[in-house]
Amino acid sequence: MLTYLARRFLAVIPVLFGVTLAVFSMLFLVPGDPVKIMLAEFVTTPDQVAQMRAQLHLDEPILKQYGRFVGNALRGDLGTSIRSRRAVSTEIGDNVGSTAQLALASMAVAVAIGVPLGLMAALLRNSWFDAGSMIVALLGVSMPSFWLGLLMIVAFSLHLGWFPATGGGDLWHLVLPSVTLGMIASAIIARLTRSSMLEVLGQDYVRTARAKGLAWWGVVVRHALKNALIPIITIFGLQFGNLLAGAVIVETVFSRPGLGRLIVGGILAKDFPLVQGTVLFVAASYVMINVLVDAAYAFVDPRIRVG
Amino acid sequence: MADGPTPLRRLVRHRGAVAGLVILGVLALLAIGAPWLSPRDPIKTAPRAALQAPGSGYLLGSDQFGRDVASRVLHGARLSLVVGLISVSIAVGIGTPIGLVSGYYGGRLDAVLMRVIDVLLAFPGILLALAIVSVLTPGLGNVMIAVGLAAVPTYARLVRASVLSAREQVYVEAARAIGGRDRTILTRYILPNVVAPLIVTATLGLGTAILSAAALSFLGLGSQPPTAEWGRMLAEGRDFLREAWWISTFPGLGIMLTVLAMNLLGDGLRDLLDPRLKV
Repeated sequence: MLTYLARRFLAVIPVLFGVTLAVFSMLFLVPGDPVKIMLAEFVTTPDQVAQMRAQLHLDEPILKQYGRFVGNALRGDLGTSIRSRRAVSTEIGDNVGSTAQLALASMAVAVAIGVPLGLMAALLRNSWFDAGSMIVALLGVSMPSFWLGLLMIVAFSLHLGWFPATGGGDLWHLVLPSVTLGMIASAIIARLTRSSMLEVLGQDYVRTARAKGLAWWGVVVRHALKNALIPIITIFGLQFGNLLAGAVIVETVFSRPGLGRLIVGGILAKDFPLVQGTVLFVAASYVMINVLVDAAYAFVDPRIRVG
Repeated sequence: MADGPTPLRRLVRHRGAVAGLVILGVLALLAIGAPWLSPRDPIKTAPRAALQAPGSGYLLGSDQFGRDVASRVLHGARLSLVVGLISVSIAVGIGTPIGLVSGYYGGRLDAVLMRVIDVLLAFPGILLALAIVSVLTPGLGNVMIAVGLAAVPTYARLVRASVLSAREQVYVEAARAIGGRDRTILTRYILPNVVAPLIVTATLGLGTAILSAAALSFLGLGSQPPTAEWGRMLAEGRDFLREAWWISTFPGLGIMLTVLAMNLLGDGLRDLLDPRLKV
């Protein structure tokens, strides 16, 4: 188990290095002079341009720049936002909580809807319930989150007045965004739970358990569901990434503070250090979350850590 | 299999796939016919006719600038389908050769390419497309490139996996034994094995691409005003949710129907062409 985990952690290091390299090169892939683009909306003198270039260390050899970028990032220094003049790490710190809240709440919604729906669909295979829930799931997969969000606002905020339409802060503001994001993710989880469950229900050990005369529900919960949930755990990691990325859109729909709006605002304002820092942070978090998910996977499924 | 119905016949019997094909066919006809079917100019404003409810004058209503929502939705269909096709073509066009070469030759080249793919996959969902748009500067053309490039890892991996299993087949070994050149083996014996999963994934990928491109436009990073584009229209209708629900509802419905059709068709094709991929 430990060797497996150690290997998994070591394998992440080159990926993280690659991520820093990709994010670092963003500035050099920009067509034209990034400094001039960043300062386009300000009236500047050549001196100021030169000063900015020096501030970003763009006058140094490129390898040295990359070394500095990685070194600083390892110490938690992601540069300074051009617009707000604040440290990018401070900007991220101010916004990460809101996004994490949204992602976790959405995940809870997704699991609460998706797993029972998929489970019931599998148990009632080929019934109207199965067909109906899979059609709903298909609609969910095809639904643009930004449209669902707007519909939520119309229904629950403008008409019923139950929840605030925009803003962040308390739990009340969290409901509509997390339900929006969670419902879409639940569609994928429902489809996966159903197929995973169907596969397990066809296994010999389920038949044996039934043949021994165990109660149907006991078999479903103790033997089938336990094993069917294993592949679903992997999807957790992937879905968590989707939720992080989905937050980018949903945060904009609900004008909710968070990393997504930080990135979008940074792109629109051509604030490259802010965009780079935030993208790096989100990607690195995603990679680390997946390592943790893999660890959990190895924990519940001995076949992984042995093989 | 030889005695069973032909693939085409099986496709026609697949209810989901047929539904998807029918929706797509109608959408394609509407999109192609948009310039003739549209009652009005999609970008011409008419301030005095602003915010008209759907009805006899304006079939699907008018927006805050007095533009005809029906005409804009029709032209939006055109744009979305084109954007989806171009993005997926970029993804398939770059991803397939990478996967073919990586899977067939293996070794160090494969190791390097796959590490690059791993790095790209570390950027979840739309984040990679966002990062690429930020480099290329916002705009609909760049959104297509960004969405396409962001999907390259998916196709490269898929193709590589198919190649790896095809490479071990006896007929490939036979082709190599009689002195077949790499290029011939790759295109004639290995590529056909890749086509089925590729078609399935690309069909599903069309839906995803349309969704991503609309999302980027919704965020203000894609199509710019006054273009009639679905994501943009949703963003513009956002401030009028209470008094003019139709501005954002019809483009939203358009996106959902299009993506739904792609998913239905993709699921159907997967059941028929490549049952192994079934989730």
